[in-house]
Amino acid sequence: MSQGNYVSRRRFIQGVGSAFFLAGLQAALPLPLWARANHWGLDGLPSARDRYDLTIGYSPIVIDGREGTATGINGTVPGPLVRLREGDEVTLNVTNALMDTEHSSIHWHGILVPFPMDGVPGVNFAGIPPGETYSYRYKLVQSGTYWYHSHSFLQEQSGTYGPLIIDPKDGEPWPYDRDYVVVLSDWSFEKPETLFRNLNLLGHYYNYQQRTLGDFIRDIRQDGFKETMDERLAWGKMRMSPVDLADVTGAAYTYLMNGNSPDMNWTALFAPGETVRLRFINASAMSNFDVRIPGLDMDVVMADGKAVRPVTVQEFRIGVAETYDVLVRPREDRPFTLFAESIDRSGYARGTLSPEPGLTAPVPLLRKRPVRGLQDIGMGMMVGEMNEGEMGGGHGGHGGHGEMGTKDDPRIPGPNGPEPFMPDRKTSVNVAMTIPNPRYRLDEPGLGLGHDGWKVLTYKDLTSEEPPEYADTPEREMTIHITANMERYMFSFDGMKYTEHPGPYLFRHNERLRLFLVNHTMMDHPIHLHGMWMQLENGADRLPYKHTILVKPGEVVSALITPIEKGDWAFHCHLLLHMEAGMFQVVRVV
Amino acid sequence: MKRFVLLLVFAFLPVLSLAADEKSGEPVTDYFPADYPEAPSVRPEGQGIVKYAEDGDSKGNFGRHPVHDNQLFATFKTDRFEHQWKEHGVEVFLWDVQGWIGEDYNKLYLKSEGEVLLEDSHPVEEADLELLYSRALSKFWDVQFGFRQDFRPRPQRTFAALGIQGLAPYWFEVDATAYLSEDGDLSAAVEAEYEIMLTQRLHVIPRLEMGLSLQDVPEYEQWQGITDLTLGARLRYQISRKLAPYVGLTWHRKIGETGHNLKKVGDDIDTLGAVVGVKLWF
Ligand SMILES: [Cu+2]
Repeated sequence: MSQGNYVSRRRFIQGVGSAFFLAGLQAALPLPLWARANHWGLDGLPSARDRYDLTIGYSPIVIDGREGTATGINGTVPGPLVRLREGDEVTLNVTNALMDTEHSSIHWHGILVPFPMDGVPGVNFAGIPPGETYSYRYKLVQSGTYWYHSHSFLQEQSGTYGPLIIDPKDGEPWPYDRDYVVVLSDWSFEKPETLFRNLNLLGHYYNYQQRTLGDFIRDIRQDGFKETMDERLAWGKMRMSPVDLADVTGAAYTYLMNGNSPDMNWTALFAPGETVRLRFINASAMSNFDVRIPGLDMDVVMADGKAVRPVTVQEFRIGVAETYDVLVRPREDRPFTLFAESIDRSGYARGTLSPEPGLTAPVPLLRKRPVRGLQDIGMGMMVGEMNEGEMGGGHGGHGGHGEMGTKDDPRIPGPNGPEPFMPDRKTSVNVAMTIPNPRYRLDEPGLGLGHDGWKVLTYKDLTSEEPPEYADTPEREMTIHITANMERYMFSFDGMKYTEHPGPYLFRHNERLRLFLVNHTMMDHPIHLHGMWMQLENGADRLPYKHTILVKPGEVVSALITPIEKGDWAFHCHLLLHMEAGMFQVVRVV
Repeated sequence: MKRFVLLLVFAFLPVLSLAADEKSGEPVTDYFPADYPEAPSVRPEGQGIVKYAEDGDSKGNFGRHPVHDNQLFATFKTDRFEHQWKEHGVEVFLWDVQGWIGEDYNKLYLKSEGEVLLEDSHPVEEADLELLYSRALSKFWDVQFGFRQDFRPRPQRTFAALGIQGLAPYWFEVDATAYLSEDGDLSAAVEAEYEIMLTQRLHVIPRLEMGLSLQDVPEYEQWQGITDLTLGARLRYQISRKLAPYVGLTWHRKIGETGHNLKKVGDDIDTLGAVVGVKLWF
């Protein structure tokens, strides 16, 4: 599958024309002020406060003229911008006005809080019953771009999320003229419970980009009959799909940017020559995005709210629940498109960065849906004499690492690397596949990226800007295996769904722990640890801090962790339906 | 009596095998090496840890489950629901439906298959109903056992059933079941389907069905060996995942000893038919 085909197979996407019409209607939409088009950024908005009142309730949502019911916060999707100040003691009063639900909750994603303030029902508290208010009180010991969302049932999917930013007490580390929050999310008019049920009945229910007979014939023409057959048989034998990139797709979703559909075209204004800060937050339930602004370089300056040494890129992949702050410096007096493609290329979120209201820039075509190579899941050896890199389907430059065993790779830390995993009788139903030799992949941008002639961010590019706080050398190592059975829609850690685990994972208070995460599935999983930072061991001299790590198929990553707060903490895949299906565990810090 | 014991053993064999599948409940204790230093025991005020194992409910703090990974679902679908035009002007209506209720590991299946001859009197040629307990056995296979009732042909018969249903390598959907009748006769049925995707919504589904008998049962026109074979191909268009009309061809032939014996008495042992039907899913 050569690169040349990407262009010719691109699909043409329409729908730019209605943008002008809709822009005028924006004032009537249930959107918070900061998310409406054509404003001049956060400077014009109220500054940080130390108290917010948030009410979760059913509220109307209007997407492309169609009205639905959301579980919004204070009547809007996304919810209000919660803007706080580092060092402040804050009070966040959350009221549950969803009168027919058992409970609601808000979790402050990425914020270090005491155990009872973290907001996960069944882990940190009992949830907020209908009609009641829970007061979250904590002192902020960090700054940056974060978000908040419900951790009850599937409420997050239907709109219970919003941005959270914390102003640093000593001023921002770099100068800029404008400041925008860019919340990416996925909206479906189908009920979240329906999405979950449909996937449980048929794992590929929303995948309308499966490989067809036509693809088979074309691959035979390109790669020859034997290679194509070998490849198809290898996948068929495993009963795995190489195009299983997203469970819920554009077939069910409208992708939103600050609550606006692509046609509604959220617009941020700038004056040429200004430096604009864009705080990208992926508040999706199930959608990882690839973000770019054609015509502009982006300096990535923060990842997950923490300052990183600036990296200039033209594109980055943002997993669910991750945040990236970028600085852009548009010199020309023209509009630019903010383009966030879902990783399976089934749709996109879009907005415009414009010198004046009402302008639009060309919207890029969706790229072709990529195909995972067997190499991508560490199974390259299954196909006999296949040439290195040929099956890569995605990352020509890294083919050479395919055959390297996990233990031999010096980039994987620790004397032995991750512990191996073998499903036993107890876990045999849960685990459809195990990766014998998980690979180091931090220098890869991700499937389908890196072939367009521009620089794409990788995890390896991230270096923390903060002075090191903890020792580099771990006292203890631990491995958690990410496992799944897509056909049964069962998702798990170490081959056990949440309710099948005999007890929580144990972390020791203030220890320095190396946690290996090994992905034995076909999908990228954004793995989120509550209550403490994970410092990604990416070879940087200062390890970057992450609250959510997007782990690629067949990949092993490791993170150094210092559990600073005792108590029970949620640890889970941030794809909402994977979490609900069992990819969840409690970490107990004792 | 002997038959009854056989029936019991047949039906409950899987239960015995599953008993060994009990989940081990002992907590993991080897997280920390033996010489690992103790954590300081002082906890900040008001942050006592509620251990979910001690909280009455084994899977959540404060009486709540953080996630719901054991949900009960129920579904019903028509695998085949079709009008068949056979040779010599014979028209039949055929149904082959199944539904289940359950969670990831345990399900209760209801399956029914039958044929109605579309003549003035609408005689029902064949009709059966199966009630099966289904247990996830491995990553792609369920073991199923229970009972089958044949309402037609007459006289009615009751069977114990034991089978497997799942996904064979290379994406073949397979359902293979052995039946023990109340008279002690053993038979089996195997069905396999495959989905060829012409486009995202237009699929060709080849289908194979085979019947076997372990002994001669002349009153039901079955003799030892493979009794019959059905091959079909259907062209299906998915208007949605839950509504997919189709057209196709089906060819049925009595073979082996069964075919031989039926041919002797002048029966037509192979028939070709055209079908129009719909796959519905709820
Ligand atoms: Cu996941």
